[in-house]
Amino acid sequence: MGVYILKRIMTIIPIFLIATLLTFGMIHLSPVDPAEAYLAAANIQPTEELLEQTRQEFGLDKPLLVQYINSVMKISQFDFGVSYVTNKPVWEEVSSRMPATIQLTVGSLIIAILASIPLGFLAGIKKNSGIDHFSRFLSFFGASIPSFWFGYLLIFFFSVKLDLFPVEGIGTWKHLVLPAITLALPLIALYTRLLRASVLESLEEPYVLFARTRGIHEKKIMGKHVLRIAISPMITGLGMNLGKLMTGAIIVEAVFSWPGFGRYFIEAVFNRDVPVIQCYVLLAAGLFLISNLIVDLIQMYIDPRISRKGRQFQ
Amino acid sequence: MSLLQVIEVSHSYNSKKLFKSKDTSNKVLHNISFSIEEGTCLGLLGTSGAGKSTLGKVILGIQRPQQGQVLFQGYDIYNADKITKSKIRRDLQVVFQDSYSSVNPRMTAERIISEPLENYEKLTLIEKRKTVISLLERVGLNEKDLKKYPNQFSGGQLQRINIARAIALKPKLIVLDESVSSLDMVTQALILELLSELKDDFGLSYLFITHDIKAAFSISDKIGVLEKGELIERYDSKDQFFKSQHPAIKRMRDSILAEHPRDRSINRNSSLT
Repeated sequence: MGVYILKRIMTIIPIFLIATLLTFGMIHLSPVDPAEAYLAAANIQPTEELLEQTRQEFGLDKPLLVQYINSVMKISQFDFGVSYVTNKPVWEEVSSRMPATIQLTVGSLIIAILASIPLGFLAGIKKNSGIDHFSRFLSFFGASIPSFWFGYLLIFFFSVKLDLFPVEGIGTWKHLVLPAITLALPLIALYTRLLRASVLESLEEPYVLFARTRGIHEKKIMGKHVLRIAISPMITGLGMNLGKLMTGAIIVEAVFSWPGFGRYFIEAVFNRDVPVIQCYVLLAAGLFLISNLIVDLIQMYIDPRISRKGRQFQ
Repeated sequence: MSLLQVIEVSHSYNSKKLFKSKDTSNKVLHNISFSIEEGTCLGLLGTSGAGKSTLGKVILGIQRPQQGQVLFQGYDIYNADKITKSKIRRDLQVVFQDSYSSVNPRMTAERIISEPLENYEKLTLIEKRKTVISLLERVGLNEKDLKKYPNQFSGGQLQRINIARAIALKPKLIVLDESVSSLDMVTQALILELLSELKDDFGLSYLFITHDIKAAFSISDKIGVLEKGELIERYDSKDQFFKSQHPAIKRMRDSILAEHPRDRSINRNSSLT
């Protein structure tokens, strides 16, 4: 088990290196000249002389390999360079915005889990019942409604009309409720359906039928056999989405004026702020890798076969 | 009173087709009656499609027959109240053919065997562990196998675990639905031996459903032959079976390979033509 975890962590390092190589390569393949972008962001009319000077300043005149190794060395110390626009270190800006985004993401993840597990499970074991129809309605609703509109609807009803929650900003848990629900809705829609499908599938497993014939109580069958197995594709899906949630909360952050890093990155794209973009891509890669690791560890706990694959006959 | 009584059970699967108004129901069981006495084993022989598995399901209470009754210890299993049903389930256990699909692949042997115990009895952790170990030892496995998962066992070993799970509650009747059919000859013989030992030790009764004549005779006290949904013959001994003139029995008998090639005669070929 320990060996498996260690192995799993070790594989992250080469994958992350490949991610750095890809971002580095893409930045150099793109038609944007970083030196030109820097000067444009600083509102300086680029001349040949100035461009040359800027390139030297950023080390852009060195061979590509040297540039790459330098950038990897810097990244490993969380040094993502200086923003062309604000002239402040990128990591400083990102990390100061990170807690807000993490708060929002974790909040919506908790809401998504708390809503979709009971809903999907009940919809699965009581197929075509009222709760199944309700979950289906909620799924279609959640999957088709755009989050910027749903967010404004929530603000209108719960903040303006009922005055239960604040309209925008960050602070108490009350501030978190509406944005987290907005962000969680599409997830709830997806995972309710996913869980329902896998519950239906595991109800068909022979050993579930056999457990009934052996007289095992229905509650125990549901908990031990059905739910435990049905939940594993859902956990995989949640893990895949954890990274996406953090980096994709941009719209919700804009609607609720949430001070996360979403807007910072959007602005960077418009300003061709290369170091910030690079930081964003690598952060996303890192988040995906870490959330997948967490998922694998949870899966290993749920399904112990995973860590023993390939050595079952020892 | 017999332990299990099957009274005039008939069942058919309806295949409703959209454009066929005719009744296309497919009769699987026809007027079947038999009983099993305590401490005996009834072998139920039949070719594929004879209705063996459906009959097994009917007896286990998962396939309500269209006609007829199944009485277990005098209670109608399909019309019993909840408490009686739970009692019946406790005394009526089952071992299926496919050992792997009978168990949850994510449970250890210990949890598989202790599941019925947890369900019906309140034992402390130590008592439970003790019981599970003694059950494992009873079926020829040992303490080392407690923490293993189903895919770490061979088919025969896993079937032993299924048997351990079935006997955990000391039931009265165990339905063995093709329980040894997917095992190799040697393992089959060992499991059959184990089953007859357990029968004597615990005073168990078996309903042994199989297509394997040799296996059926090695363990059963009585044999019933199922053919096209009907219980055509019943025998109290092996000799009767071999003397029978019923054409279906003859066909079955002829399909047994003679022990010496010399004896594998025209007899066999003639039955094929």
